[in-house]
Amino acid sequence: MSAATMPPPSFQVKPKLDAQGEPLGELLEISMGPHHPSTHGVFRMDVVLDGEEVVKLKPVFGYLHRNHEKIAEGISYLSTMPYTDRLDYFCSMTNNWAYALTIEKLAGLPVPERAEYIRVIMAELTRLQNHTCLIGFFVQDMGALGTPMMYAFREREKILDLFESVSGARMMCNYMRFGGVRVDVNDTWLAQAHKVTNEYAKFLDEFEEFLTANEILLARSQFVGVIPKDLAISAAITGPMLRASGVNYDLRKVDKYGIYSRFDFKVPLGEHGDIYDRYMVRVLEMRESLKILQQALRDIPAGPVMDPKAKLRGFRPKPGEVYGRIEGPKGELGFYVISDGSPNPYRYRIRPPSFINLTVLEDMCLGHKISDAVVILGSVDIVLGEVDR
Amino acid sequence: MLGEQIIKGMAVTAKNFFGSYVSKDRLTTVQYPEERLPQKGNTRQFPMLVFDGDPEKGLRCVACTICEKECPPQCIFIVKSKDKKPDYKGQPQLYPAVFDIDVSVCMSCSICVEVCPFESIKMNTEFELSEPDRFEGFLLHKEDLAKSNEYYSKLHPDDARDSDAVLTAEKAKAEAKAKAAVEAKLAADAKAKAAAANPAPVATPIPAKATAPAAPAATPNPPPPAAK
Repeated sequence: MSAATMPPPSFQVKPKLDAQGEPLGELLEISMGPHHPSTHGVFRMDVVLDGEEVVKLKPVFGYLHRNHEKIAEGISYLSTMPYTDRLDYFCSMTNNWAYALTIEKLAGLPVPERAEYIRVIMAELTRLQNHTCLIGFFVQDMGALGTPMMYAFREREKILDLFESVSGARMMCNYMRFGGVRVDVNDTWLAQAHKVTNEYAKFLDEFEEFLTANEILLARSQFVGVIPKDLAISAAITGPMLRASGVNYDLRKVDKYGIYSRFDFKVPLGEHGDIYDRYMVRVLEMRESLKILQQALRDIPAGPVMDPKAKLRGFRPKPGEVYGRIEGPKGELGFYVISDGSPNPYRYRIRPPSFINLTVLEDMCLGHKISDAVVILGSVDIVLGEVDR
Repeated sequence: MLGEQIIKGMAVTAKNFFGSYVSKDRLTTVQYPEERLPQKGNTRQFPMLVFDGDPEKGLRCVACTICEKECPPQCIFIVKSKDKKPDYKGQPQLYPAVFDIDVSVCMSCSICVEVCPFESIKMNTEFELSEPDRFEGFLLHKEDLAKSNEYYSKLHPDDARDSDAVLTAEKAKAEAKAKAAVEAKLAADAKAKAAAANPAPVATPIPAKATAPAAPAATPNPPPPAAK
């Protein structure tokens, strides 16, 4: 093998050798993405292959950088709220909640009881639709072209209809406010939410019958892309990925933010930390979400949805710094804000779960085939709007 | 048996396929231009300006530019008028000489609707807005944005009722305040007349103003302490 065909120095890996000590073949460097259907957006993987095996992988992102954090420092606290919808555009409700929670912590605003319940309902609906879509997507990465994803999207649309009828938009909800939520839900909406929740269990049964024991899914996902427990902890992975590695850490149980201490639900844990466990953890989490939803829809009290002290115009929290976090569908979503008493935040920073979960991509992919790398990436559950911000 | 689950999965797809012919739950799509789904309750697309009565004179907007400042993507452009016109309360107010919204920049967040203190800017639900010209075509001017209150009531009946109630209450409050101010002024004038036997010039304008929309009397002079 001549020096000209060797990969550049940043990829100093050697091809496999045969019995005589000669290289068996050449390494091939492939740039997957940024426009590639398997990368879930504009994301690039610089992969070095030995045959079909991944020997080196470098994630490259930043193609969707929108300067969100800097923009937020120039506009008022309220005006940042619609921009948070666009971080993780599957879960605008939880993004809104995380931001609202942070600013409420900063300004010391209480949230009315009914608004807390509405927030829980919205967050769990978001978790349902996010996990459903994700499963559809990554099954598609395994080659199940279309069908499971279409079923997932069909069910997701029922939840998005609920979002639209209350907040006005399917995905960019812009619904939470500091000290409550923007619009109250009416009884028709609650009845509809109840109906969707009850029917969702049936859909999940069918979806699981369709996928869970499928031999192809088992072959492609079991013992592929394993994250050991200690690596998951040291890399600060959160969310379903961490729990699939067997670490019992769910902010809904740890922080008990909002009113989560009132609900009876379990935290599903995986054992091996492979793709199949991540799939199973998400399916089981959806079932727990349904439990929370049923309790919340049963117990929701009447009352106002906005704190009377909260104001929209001229909102100036007192100086200070704050970090607020919630358990988003993808993991710990945190907002760090420094206030200097002006109408704009002095510093604003987001801890996006999928960005940090992506950092172990190489550890998961090494030694697997290139086609597995696609599935592994799918199982991380990234949304590039959030990774790049 | 290997492949058993795959066959089971195919049974699920078959169930969905044949089910889509009989069950509405399994076939949720509609053939869009011919068939349309009903609009969802609070659905929103792009802003519009609500007017009562005349599209030019009845425009509720008073060009306070709060929406312009709060708009996250900065897509609103307002130029204040030089002169004033009476608003729904009869008070002379500025009006927008220019009110442009670039809907190609607008992100339909409805922050402008929330911060508007005059119930003027509201969300339209019109979404079929394709234009051949991507610069001028998407720059909506005051005339394009002005929509009647009846139109708005048809789009969002509940919200329209709420904002009408707010406006009626404001108007009633303003009228009561103006009436109180006029009465207080009359009383003060009578007192002053009795004390110094002043000639008429102060007293005569008052009946004239009281017959016109009562409010102008109240605003130009800040409410006198006697008003309480």
